[in-house]
Amino acid sequence: MYEKEKDLISAFLRGEVDRRGMLKGLGAAGLTAGTAGTLFNMMSTRALAADFDWKAHSGKSLKLLLNKHPYADAMIANLQAFKDLTGIEVTYDVFPEDVYFDKVTAALSSGSAEYDAFMTGAYMTWTYGPAGWIADLNEWIKDPTKTNPNYNWDDFLAGVKNSCAWNGQPGGALGSADAKQWCIPWAFEQNNITYNREMFDKAGVELPKNLDDMISVAAKLQKDIGGIYGIGVRGSRSWATIHPGFLSGYANFNQKDLNVGADGKLSAAMNTAESKAYHAKFVQMIQESGPKDWSTYTWYQVGTDLGAGASAMIFDADCLGYFMNGGDNKMAGKLGYAAFAANPEATASTPNIWIWSLAMSNFSKDKDATWYFLQWASGPEHALFGATKMDFVDPVRQSIWKDEIFREKLNGKYPGYVEMFDASAAGASIKFTPQPLFFDVTTEWAATLQKMVAKQVPIDEGLDQLAESINRQLQEAGLG
Amino acid sequence: MASTETLRRPASGFRISRKMLPYVLSLPALLVCIGILIPFFTAVIYSFQRYRLSQPWSRQFNWGENYLNFFTDPAFWNTLKVSLLYAGITVTLELLLGLGIALLLQRRSTVNNFISIMLLLPLMIAPALAALMWKLMTNPSFGILSYLASLIGLHDFRWASSPDTALLTVVLVDIWVYTPFIMILLLAGLRSLPTQPFEAAALDGVPRSFVFFRITLPMLTPYILTATLFRLLDSIQQFDIIYAMTQGGPGNTLTVFQVEAYLNFFQSTNVGRSAALLIILWAITYTLSNVFIKNWLRLRERARGEA
Repeated sequence: MYEKEKDLISAFLRGEVDRRGMLKGLGAAGLTAGTAGTLFNMMSTRALAADFDWKAHSGKSLKLLLNKHPYADAMIANLQAFKDLTGIEVTYDVFPEDVYFDKVTAALSSGSAEYDAFMTGAYMTWTYGPAGWIADLNEWIKDPTKTNPNYNWDDFLAGVKNSCAWNGQPGGALGSADAKQWCIPWAFEQNNITYNREMFDKAGVELPKNLDDMISVAAKLQKDIGGIYGIGVRGSRSWATIHPGFLSGYANFNQKDLNVGADGKLSAAMNTAESKAYHAKFVQMIQESGPKDWSTYTWYQVGTDLGAGASAMIFDADCLGYFMNGGDNKMAGKLGYAAFAANPEATASTPNIWIWSLAMSNFSKDKDATWYFLQWASGPEHALFGATKMDFVDPVRQSIWKDEIFREKLNGKYPGYVEMFDASAAGASIKFTPQPLFFDVTTEWAATLQKMVAKQVPIDEGLDQLAESINRQLQEAGLG
Repeated sequence: MASTETLRRPASGFRISRKMLPYVLSLPALLVCIGILIPFFTAVIYSFQRYRLSQPWSRQFNWGENYLNFFTDPAFWNTLKVSLLYAGITVTLELLLGLGIALLLQRRSTVNNFISIMLLLPLMIAPALAALMWKLMTNPSFGILSYLASLIGLHDFRWASSPDTALLTVVLVDIWVYTPFIMILLLAGLRSLPTQPFEAAALDGVPRSFVFFRITLPMLTPYILTATLFRLLDSIQQFDIIYAMTQGGPGNTLTVFQVEAYLNFFQSTNVGRSAALLIILWAITYTLSNVFIKNWLRLRERARGEA
């Protein structure tokens, strides 16, 4: 039964038939979507198992530490496929983001062997890696006996993959030849514009072309629409305020967080004339057209305000715009997307990125079995499942971005999303200097930004004080 | 015949020397003390170390360097100032309000008992949840309190998001949560006062203000001191409300000790600095509680006619 259909799917998996051809064939055979999906998963599992001994660790068990997130939901939805493929039992704990990273820090710093793998951001690995809490995954990636030949490490977007690799030297370039692969990228976020198309039409404004333009467009939207604010950006006293729109625009003006001297010493770079000018404009934008209680805003408030029609646009994570354009959100279906270059002299946007990644605990009881999970969860089959069937948006594999069904799904419900991604993907990478004081520097930076917006301190003076304080901390830590 | 020096448990035949009994009975308390002291002294040791989890190779004793660094760091002095200010304002206001409400509810009646139980409701809510609830109520766009503020002409009032009003906002939440605690303690104190002095004052026609300041207040002082001590120790260590509402901002407006120590440990993984901050906080609370307990003992002795 279904032998012809199985052959057709197998041919697709071998690359002999394209996706459209396979779907056409399955449709002609009169298969329902459910039956076709079941057959596809079954044949994918067989294909996966064909060239690699996935059963090598059968009977073992792993435990994961996960953040409550659509990406984790997508993985959980497909987890049975991994269990069937490998015979490995997987359990997991899921924590909300408010407490998630504290939980990870507590688990790892105590040397607990409870969790084998966990979700992380690349910035966090700058703490976990040098502390010896996580494993360098190069050992497994480069070992053909432990990695499926179809894993296709080169399929990962280079900028994203390199952003997860660091040699542990403060100021050392990400992705350098001697870098350790502290985590595997899973899905990432570029920081661009998501805007309310109706409000833009009503106010008769075009998409902002640079920061000056964004300031005036946001002000006009706020004035003309009424009852809303012009632009949503994060503002809480946290590193999370600096990394999205703020740093993406900052990097577009070729500004840096830290200088790395010839002797490897670090020093603050926020008090240049160009940096002060950028800060002044960003602060003006928040003061004139930002949310009233901006200093309490996390990604959550930025997103929900856009989805509820309380703001006209955001300069934040693109996936936030994706999620707000669906579900029960009031503005679902009314949002548009655009790449944004803050510097009028820049040729393209240079978004700083956040990467949800997977890392292996150094205290894992069975690292080889853990690697089997990591390579499955970050492998092409699961990425395709997540991208096409779940909300695993912004995948990190080039092949997924080329997948017709995925692109059609985005183009159908999220017009402009693919174009936005394509326009800025080349310039997307982590713009911070990797170093162990990342959270100290960025939290203080956010606090300084809050003081500037509240007019507690003039821009010039605030940035000079910030640079002085950061230099002192770097020296105290032996880095400056 | 059993010896008078031993106690016999018939079932097990296990015998404990009468001299040993006090030590055996105090063993659980001793274990609890050890359980408390081990983390404390561990923190003391950490506070004298250069110890950052992300740089394990650089861990070493730096003796008082963590403490000395604080004295030259303006951020530390701001933390000290904000912590003391927060504790001072909240405890003073809660004491005044708690005393006022307790006096209103002093007379035993069904209505008063019902009201005093209703007023305890905020104490039954986790402070972090109370903070989130207030965060919604003070939202400048849709918060009910923002709406009420606009009715009295306070348009665009920014509550916790403005450095001018952030302290006021978290103090309000603290008062809302903890005033019932003071109220219930003082109400218990008021209701347990002897009635004779008040009856005598009533017979003599003594003015009510005189009765309050010369009879009620002095007799209530031990209760006031106890309530103040409990709240002061809690308030100077406030974390939930401030962190949930503001994360210590805007700027450094609300970077109290616990928020700083939390960020130093969990975000910066700077164990040495975090431990030093908490040891300083311990020293402050220890000093304050000493002052209060000494005064409380003196008052008790005076009440017994020993001083």
